[in-house]
Amino acid sequence: MTATSTPPSTSSPYAGLKAPTTARRLLTAPTTGPLVALLLACAFFSLSTDQFLTGGNFSLIVQQVMVVGTLAIGQTLIILTAGIDLSCGAVMAFGSIVIARMAAEGSLPPLAAIALGLAVCGGFGLLNGALVQKIPLPPFIVTLGMLNVAFALTHIYSEEQTVTNLPGPLTALGQTFPLGKTDITYGSLVTIALFLLLAYALSSTGWGRHVYALGNSPEAARLNGIRTSRLTIGVYTVAGILYGIAALLLISRTGVGDPQAGQTDNLDSITAVVLGGTSLFGGRGSVLGTFIGVLIVGVFRNGLQLMGVASIYQTLITGVLVILAVTVDQLSRKKAR
Amino acid sequence: MSRTTRLSSSLLRAAACTGIAALTLTACGSGSGSGSASSGSGEIKVGLITKTDTNPFFVKMKEGAEKAAKAEGVKLMTAAGKFDGDNAGQVTAVENMVASGVKGILITPSDSKAIVPAIEKAKAKGVLVIALDTPTEPESAVDALFATDNLKAGELIGEYAKAAMKGKPAKIATLDLAPGVSVGVQRHNGFLKGFGVKDGDPSVVCSQDTGGDQAKGQTAMENCLQKEPDINVVYTINEPAALGAYTALKAKGREKDVLIVSVDGGCTGTQAVKDGKIAATSQQYPLKMASEGVKAVVTYAKDGKKASGYTDTGVTLITDKAQDGVTSKDTAYGLENCWG
Repeated sequence: MTATSTPPSTSSPYAGLKAPTTARRLLTAPTTGPLVALLLACAFFSLSTDQFLTGGNFSLIVQQVMVVGTLAIGQTLIILTAGIDLSCGAVMAFGSIVIARMAAEGSLPPLAAIALGLAVCGGFGLLNGALVQKIPLPPFIVTLGMLNVAFALTHIYSEEQTVTNLPGPLTALGQTFPLGKTDITYGSLVTIALFLLLAYALSSTGWGRHVYALGNSPEAARLNGIRTSRLTIGVYTVAGILYGIAALLLISRTGVGDPQAGQTDNLDSITAVVLGGTSLFGGRGSVLGTFIGVLIVGVFRNGLQLMGVASIYQTLITGVLVILAVTVDQLSRKKAR
Repeated sequence: MSRTTRLSSSLLRAAACTGIAALTLTACGSGSGSGSASSGSGEIKVGLITKTDTNPFFVKMKEGAEKAAKAEGVKLMTAAGKFDGDNAGQVTAVENMVASGVKGILITPSDSKAIVPAIEKAKAKGVLVIALDTPTEPESAVDALFATDNLKAGELIGEYAKAAMKGKPAKIATLDLAPGVSVGVQRHNGFLKGFGVKDGDPSVVCSQDTGGDQAKGQTAMENCLQKEPDINVVYTINEPAALGAYTALKAKGREKDVLIVSVDGGCTGTQAVKDGKIAATSQQYPLKMASEGVKAVVTYAKDGKKASGYTDTGVTLITDKAQDGVTSKDTAYGLENCWG
């Protein structure tokens, strides 16, 4: 690979808003690389260990990434608008404690407790969005503050106790059903459905195109008649509701309400977004890329554990991959101009 | 920008990613026994899941398990949570180990209650599950427990501190772990029991959580001294917290006339006892927990006998200033048997 002498230009090739082609290009281009990387990783682990290439193991991987995956959908939406959310894991933890305590202590019927949890998380998102948009404040700072607020509220409200003896509906999504010889977790299907839903919304609706436009240039979006203020607050609120769904998935997966949960999930979700080819500068990327990104992390963790490699190497490799993904992305864009 | 350039750049990106990943793997695989050799069906696999893989206590535990696995001719697989309290990470590790066909799992639960459903699923698949160091809640959720009696570890330093005070009125600071974590609660209660006071006794003038961290231990001690300058006994959850307390006391010129007692018996901590920074510590034996655990899994794999109940892996009071009526060993013994 030789260095190119072409000076980098500042004009984005995606500045236009011509819907179908732009959207399609945005969806296909950045995901190809991560997808090939994922397939190569799968091939490597299939050759390295007998237990990797089975339906049961793939079901396991999806089940293991469903919580961070759902958080990462919200994170992708926010990053597409050139924002960032450091509070997602903490907001999820608070939502999960609200759902677990309300239901376990019988203050609310299980379904009402779940609805309340979603509403609380959505409220955090709304508040984040309002602070970012109305004051305005940088997303990094707002969500850093909110991370501490949500973390503290989680520990105050839970009194540092893990909530056990949860009613059935709370853990229903953690149950499995047989598909051929494989057990599939209901929660995995919820996560996959959410990815497909948001991928459709981003690629094929006006709202989705507006999100990309906002991320590319808030000013241009505003001049084009997009209500950027409402859109921003809406994106953060939708992300919040997604964190609420992640909270429910977390409870169903572990069978308890755990105040310690989610402490590194904010960075883990950003990792998935970056590995999936979404740009931190906004306006470029996709949730399907994020799904591939989250699977890359999950496949490496599962594959390395099956091989018997210590967990610390998984952390090392994830770090290397993140830097590589961004580097190669930058170089390929330079080259392409 | 043409489609072909775009595609080739994507391919380039993917190839680079995977190439590096494979390289990293090959590089680190060599350190972990048979890197890419698939395990034969006859090989017995034992899983060890620790709270983190950065804390020296768990590093030592891993060493003990590795030694025992080598001696027994079985394959050891290890995993850990990302931080102390990372239940989701431990659940994932349990699932992956069951999927890889381990005979037994040794685990130090990050969250005693939250890990239980995952353990039950593993047991349902015929895997022997043994808790090391920290019991689950309920304790019966695992087949067996190999651990230090943390209440006794606390009692020993409590009795020692009582004897060392020789009847002088005590003003005690307790530098604890975190709310609701059983290890911390047991050591704290054991210390008070050994010292002969109840929780809420006026002689306990300050109690702060440190997470067992040196920097937080220092901050906690500084704040306690601010609150009550005449503190003369400091109980600490572990030696890092104790050394943090020592630093804070030294800054105030109080390090000579305050008695610090601790639990753990790591090599750094035991050396600190020898250097006179810590008066006494209750030494525990993580290597033994791990090796006993591995042996129990091997026994189960070979003749189906499951280990059960609680096995106390022992605790020894280490000090160079022995007190009458309190059994202890000196730091020479402590340094010989320390971990970390």
